[in-house]
Formats: sequence, structure tokens, C-alpha cells
Amino acid sequence: MATVDEPIVVESQSPIREAMRAFRQSWAGMLGLILLILVVLFTYVGPFLYSVDPFEVIWAPLTAPGETERAPLGTDYLGRDILAGLIHGGSATLYVGLAAGFITITIGILMGAFAGFFRGAVDEVLMRITEFFQVLPALLFAMVLVTLFPPSIYIVALAIGIVSWPTTARLTRAEFLRIRTLEYVNAARSVGAKNSRIMWRVILPNALAPLIVSATLTIGIAILFEAGLSFLGLGDPNVFSWGLMIGAGREYILDAWWAVTFPGFMIFLTVLGFSLVGDGLNDAFNPKLRER
Amino acid sequence: MNMAWMVVRRLFHAFVLVLAVLVLNFLLIHLAPGDPADVIAGEMGGATEEMLADIRKTYGLDKPIYVQLGVYLERALQGDLGQSFFYNAPVLDLVAGRAGATILLVVTALLFAIAVGTLLGVLASHKPKGIVSGLVTLVSVVGYSAPIFWTGLMLVILFAWVIPIFPIANMFDITKDTGFFGFILDVLHHLVLPALTLGIVYLAQYARLTRASMLEILGSDYIRTARAKGVAETKVYTHHALRNAILPVVTIAGLQFGSIVSGAVLVETVFSWPGLGTLAFESILARDYPTVLGILFFSSVLVIIANLITDLVYRIVDPRIRTGG
Repeated sequence: MATVDEPIVVESQSPIREAMRAFRQSWAGMLGLILLILVVLFTYVGPFLYSVDPFEVIWAPLTAPGETERAPLGTDYLGRDILAGLIHGGSATLYVGLAAGFITITIGILMGAFAGFFRGAVDEVLMRITEFFQVLPALLFAMVLVTLFPPSIYIVALAIGIVSWPTTARLTRAEFLRIRTLEYVNAARSVGAKNSRIMWRVILPNALAPLIVSATLTIGIAILFEAGLSFLGLGDPNVFSWGLMIGAGREYILDAWWAVTFPGFMIFLTVLGFSLVGDGLNDAFNPKLRER
Repeated sequence: MNMAWMVVRRLFHAFVLVLAVLVLNFLLIHLAPGDPADVIAGEMGGATEEMLADIRKTYGLDKPIYVQLGVYLERALQGDLGQSFFYNAPVLDLVAGRAGATILLVVTALLFAIAVGTLLGVLASHKPKGIVSGLVTLVSVVGYSAPIFWTGLMLVILFAWVIPIFPIANMFDITKDTGFFGFILDVLHHLVLPALTLGIVYLAQYARLTRASMLEILGSDYIRTARAKGVAETKVYTHHALRNAILPVVTIAGLQFGSIVSGAVLVETVFSWPGLGTLAFESILARDYPTVLGILFFSSVLVIIANLITDLVYRIVDPRIRTGG
């Protein structure tokens, strides 16, 4: 029988360890994690094992998969290798997804934290702004931003971030509104902690669980956004991404299904990975939901 | 009285949002690199000097910025969203001509998603560990993760080769002349795939949401009371549980309207559906900024109207709010 003095007992009470244990038990989360690891390996180790330039024309245009060993997954309308495209297109997609996710989370947390913490007029103003951004059809707005400014993956990431933050802001606000009335916040206030300390050191860490889940999903959504913009031909034309491949292959879809199907499937797997990890984290952070 | 006051407040609120979208459009024209007159003229650098001078005069571009804003808002509120030099037509006419197709697509997809999604959610909640339930979870994760245009393209491949029963492009067949009803049927026939593509994403989410809220409600006390007093099981589901479980679906559907319009842009492009999405796509390729901004404005107004309607529907579905004011 374990006694209280044993460090192992203290360890098992740590909420992070507890959540990690729960995450390992969630099949969705583990499956998502495996998918993401595979996608990352494919993208970052793949180029060393298969060093064909995705821009280089290597075979006859629109060759079907399996027709030649040179291009196992076929070629696109210019005769470029689809497999090489898949391997080299991942890093741009992942980069834009992560960068846009980061921008989204940062704006969302700042807006939500100030609105939920100060309430009153600040809340009113910030929530009106949030509402305004929710009214704009995000993709159209991003399309406008990307066309008005010179296209580069930075602008694409920034545009996605600017249109996606309202959900995070609302979530953060709700958490701040709930937590700010709790006793430990009063305790911090009564010992003279400043507002900024209460916001970022006391409330935010306790609001992190749902925000981490939301961040995971946000990255997935950002990747879908990047794919959509590239599909419309509005991505960075100089950077090879999965979305760019779909945009290039779209017109030839009835002649060459492979040019669109494979990159789309990679995007699907990646976003599925993030969604499943989000689900797994959600289960892990919400013990009450576990039995459902 | 209370209700009327609420409606007035909502309308005012909506009007402020419309103004805000116009201010945003104005800011975008001025924040973009280059001469605002060039942006308004569309094709960067392609406009003649007289044309630019004309634009500067119409929009007062030599005056202070707040005067320019005033001019812009005044014109817009009178229904003048500018002139498309690419299509050589007023933007408002262009947008109005295409809006119907988009509204038809979005509303069909949304109603389809709500109806089938709720039904699936209820079926799933009946046996939380059953096959339907697992399927709903699976389909919702998959539907949520697949790029919507990719789903559309996969359907195009499927329905072009494997089972060619639905048309894969355009809104109607111009070669057919079958009278009014024939035309309606033709449009509906063309509508199937785009609406299905757009609907699938949301269908899955609503099914999942309904399942979760049904499970929560079915475990509550008043359901036990209803069962205890002998209410038939179907009636417990439809009258007692579903009425409450559908509320989150209504809220989310309203909140998501903007994202559905975004999705419609992609779906329209895939299926060459002649709506605002294809217009936006074409005018962006042509650098026709007045049209692009006009579409952004108009679709935002659509979302604002949809939010007003959601509010009303919510009040009808939830009797507690109706009496509470």
C-alpha cells in the first residue's frame, strides 16, 4: 500500500500527468497523434529518401499512377511528379497552418481576456468588434486581403489569422468570466496582485485546457483555409503546397483524377490528425465527458 | 411592446454592422498598396488617365479622408456600390444578378443539413453505443476534416464516371427547352451535388451536436417524469427531448452562416454554379476590386439578415424566451 510520503503518489495527482494518461487511453487522440507523426515524417524525412524536384518535368503530362516507375503516383498537367509534389508540398501547408493558428490564438486570447476580465464598456466594445468579424464571410475576406496585398505565404497566414480569431476570443472570454469570480482569484487580489498578474498568471493558466483543444482545431481549420485559397489560385505561386497542386490539377480533373485526389487526401489526413488530437485532448481535459 | 422594442434594437444593431462593413471596405481600398483610384478602377495600372481623374472626382479623392469616407458611405447607402470596369456594369446589378443562385444553394444545403443532421443525431442518441452513433461520430470527424472543395471534386469524379445520374456543372442545361416546370426540375437536378457537398460538412456537425444534447437531456429529471407518467417513447423523443435538443443546433446554424457562405464560394467554383462565389473568383482573377468588395459587402449583409432570422426562429422554437422578452 502506498503512503503519502511516496513521491509517486504526488506525481499521479499532477493534472498534466492525469490528462496525459487519459489522452493515451483515448483511441481518437492516439490515432490522430500517429497520423500527425506520419505526416511530419513524410514531409521532413521524405525529401531525403525521394529527392525528385517537384517543379521539374520528368515524364509525359497526365501519366496515370503505376504507368511508369519514374512517377509512381502519376504526373500532373505539365508532367511533374505527383509523389515529389506530395513530399515537398507538406512543409508550406504545415507552416501556414501553424503560423495562422498562432496568430489566431494570440489575437483571440488577447481580445477574450480583456473582454472577460474588465467586463463593462471594454467587454461591450471588444465583443462588438468580435461580432463584426463573425459577420464577414471569412474566406471572402481572406480572398480580398490576399488579392489586395502581394501574395506570399506570410500574407496568407496573416489573412487566415485575421479572419479566424473570433471563436477563440469568445471561448477565452467565457473562461475568464467564469474563473474571475472564483475564490483563488479573490485570494490573489486580496494579497495585492496587479490586474496583469491576475490575468496572465492566475486566470490564463486555469483557462488553458479548453484553449489548447481549440488551438489544435484552429490549426486544422487554418490548413483547410490555406488549401481553399490555393485551390482558388490565391496562394503564394512560388511556394509548392498541397493546395497549389489541387488548384493546378482542378481543370484536368476528368482526365487526371490522381492530380487532385492525392494532395487532397494528404490535407484530409493532416486535418484529421489535428481534429482527432483535439478530440483526444478534449476527453483528457474533461473527465466528466470520458464515459460518453 | 417588449417584442417590438427588441425588434427595433436588433434592426438598429444590424444597421450599425452594415455601416461597419462599408467602413471596412473603404479602409481596404485605402490600405492597399498603390493609388486608391487605381484600386477602384480595378485592373492595376490598366486604367486610362481620364478614367482615374473621373474616379478621383466622383469619390472626392483629393479631399480629406473623412470627407472621402462620407462620400463613400452616402453613395453606398443609396445603393451605388461602384462601377465594374471589367464587366462594364454597376456592381449592384452584377451582385443582385448572381445572389439568387447563392441563396438557393446555401439555404438548400443548410435546411438539408439541419433536417438530416438532427434526425441522425436523434437516432444516434437512441443507442449511444450503437452503429448509427459510431457512424455519426465517424462521419462528422471525416466531414469536418476534408477540404470542402476536395469532397466536391471527389463527388464530381464519382458522378462523372461511376454513376452518372447527376449533372456535375452549371445550374441548368441551356440546350433543353422544357417549359417552366421543366426548368425548375432541371435546376433542382443540378442543385443536388453542390448542395450535398456543402451540406455534408454541416450535417455531420449538427448530428453530433444533436446527439450530445439529446443524451444530456434524455438523462434529465423531466424526461424521467414524462416516462413515469406513461408518455409514449416516440412522444418523449419528439415532444419533450428534441424541442430542447434542437436549440443548440439553431444557435450554431445561425453563427455558422458566414462560414457556410465561405464554403459556398468554393463549392460554386467546383461545380461552376453561377452565384456570388464564381463571380468573386472571376472578378479576383480580373483584379476587378469594386466587384470583389461589393460581394464582400453583400454577403456580409446576407449573414446579418440570417442572424436576425435565427434570432426570430430561436424565439419561436424556445417558448421560454418568447414569454421572458
